[in-house]
Amino acid sequence: MKILICISKTPDTTAKIAFRDNNTKFVADGVQWIINPYDEWYALVRAIELKEKDPSTILHLVTVGIADADPIIRKALALGGDEAIRINADSQDSFYIAAQIAEIAKQGAYDLIFTGKETIDYNGSSVGGMLAELLDLPYISLATKFELNNLTATVTRQIEGGEETDEVNLPVVVSCQKGVAEQRIPNMKGIMSARTKPLKTVEPAAIEPLTSVVSFELPPAKAGVKLVSPDNPEELIQLLHEEAKVI
Amino acid sequence: MSVLVFIDHADGQIKKSSLEALCYGAKIAEQLNIAAEGILLGTVSDNLADLGKYGAKKVHQVSNDSLNQLDSQSYTKIIAEAVHASGAKVIIFSNNISGKAIAPRLSARLKAGLVSGAIALPDTANGFNVKKTVFSGKAFANIALNTDVKIISLNPNSYKVSAGSGGAAEVVALNAVVDAPKIKVAGVTKTSGEVPLTEAEIVVSGGRGLKGPENWGMIEELAKLLHAATACSRPVADAHWRPHNEHVGQTGIAIAPNLYIAIGISGAIQHLAGVNRSKVIVVINKDPEAPFFKAADYGIVGDAFEVVPKLIDAVKKLKGVV
Ligand SMILES: Cc1cc2nc3c(=O)[nH]c(=O)nc-3n(C[C@H](O)[C@H](O)[C@H](O)COP(=O)(O)OP(=O)(O)OC[C@H]3O[C@@H](n4cnc5c(N)ncnc54)[C@H](O)[C@@H]3O)c2cc1C
Repeated sequence: MKILICISKTPDTTAKIAFRDNNTKFVADGVQWIINPYDEWYALVRAIELKEKDPSTILHLVTVGIADADPIIRKALALGGDEAIRINADSQDSFYIAAQIAEIAKQGAYDLIFTGKETIDYNGSSVGGMLAELLDLPYISLATKFELNNLTATVTRQIEGGEETDEVNLPVVVSCQKGVAEQRIPNMKGIMSARTKPLKTVEPAAIEPLTSVVSFELPPAKAGVKLVSPDNPEELIQLLHEEAKVI
Repeated sequence: MSVLVFIDHADGQIKKSSLEALCYGAKIAEQLNIAAEGILLGTVSDNLADLGKYGAKKVHQVSNDSLNQLDSQSYTKIIAEAVHASGAKVIIFSNNISGKAIAPRLSARLKAGLVSGAIALPDTANGFNVKKTVFSGKAFANIALNTDVKIISLNPNSYKVSAGSGGAAEVVALNAVVDAPKIKVAGVTKTSGEVPLTEAEIVVSGGRGLKGPENWGMIEELAKLLHAATACSRPVADAHWRPHNEHVGQTGIAIAPNLYIAIGISGAIQHLAGVNRSKVIVVINKDPEAPFFKAADYGIVGDAFEVVPKLIDAVKKLKGVV
């Protein structure tokens, strides 16, 4: 069993969101970077659990990023995984990223490809689906449970107002969210061994991006809260009905 | 040339989020002076000609029951063929669960740029730029679609559904080769009777301030009275007080209802990220310093266990329920 796990670097969830250069660039100064939580907590941890069950499983991590992504990849390797590949490019276009990962995936003959359900910075929720199409593989998105039985996966995914359980033969691309696994903290042994695990850098393939970021905006500030006395909640209902007109 | 809108359905019914996508697509078609068309895979009990009211001139349908189960791989193939056949220039999805599975595949197949999570009509004054949420709702980005064929997936609850005076849409049967799906559906569980969170116009949400799962009765009662969905903060889902599919926020589900009522939730930055696009936010918290009040439109500083039952009574009175 060979599993490829897609890892993305994102700003910490508490990072201050600000832009510079005429609102065209994210202000990265002072920002702490983390592994995208969906990639780390669910995709990576589930892959590690599968390897714990079957130690012959090989886990490869892949990221598209420049050298400043290396600490994130090392942190991911500290949790688990055998080796990592960094495709040396910086892009905000999901297709560009998916197409780069597809090149790696084609060479690796993976049985299973895991992504997080989305990144918490660009919120595209696109790389997994694009990758599946480029590789002509089935895709199960927004998985909440993943079980493996030889070469068949049983995957539960979110649907509107419920869940659906699917069965699919490998290889398959799965995007993971809450429920698939539980967050883990790397231990000392993991951190030590991550230092010597192979982290390979490869140059990107020639791919044309399909989109580009023109500018960013911050949402307008709220006008301020209107407080209603706790002794008179009827007034709140009245305001919601007559003023805000939402009920 | 056309704007082609993917019409999604479940249990024989067209989803509200698809009507939003259709109205949005019809407006773009109007901007570009071309026709809006729909494409529906599978079968529904709704009358497809009625989609004319929402701006569709034509609806392409592949009436094959096997397509009532989503398989993104075969769906993508069929939609791509319809795009070629109809010469569609812009393809619209709702950024709902099906949209998230299909739109990226179609983008890769057609090499057509995709903006997922759009919240406004494209700006066509200078190229073709679409505004979308980024940083989990903490900011917006304007994205340029640089390809000839463009794909937009529209965030649910971002565009108003309005029935116009358009006549009946022409329903066209589409013959498509339907591949045997590689994914076999083994079972579906529905949390029945409840309003799906991402489609809900009103959401009532509870946090750790509610002390324990046994206290959710009043949350559910208030939600039911308001036809609202229920949601919760992350620690509540982590503690298994509520199912994980109710967890909203930066690492849960992002929602943008018309009304979000937060009860006993502090308003941590990660929670706000997933809910701050709600049109009206109401916060009920006993701590006047709770950060959530800064993001709220209306608030009550008070004990949820005293305030919520009174709110329930007031809603009952408003709705004439005794
Ligand atoms: C990487 C990361 C990602 C995260 N993602 C998310 C996410 O997606 N969603 C999310 O929600 N959180 C997320 N969190 C957690 C977040 O930081 C907060 O810890 C969490 O939102 C707090 O939940 P809470 O408001 O329910 O609980 P608390 O912070 O404990 O707040 C409880 C509130 O209830 C009030 N209260 C208590 N008793 C009463 C009463 N009787 N009546 C009225 N009010 C009362 C208190 O004043 C308090 O404000 C994330 C954290 C991290 C680090």
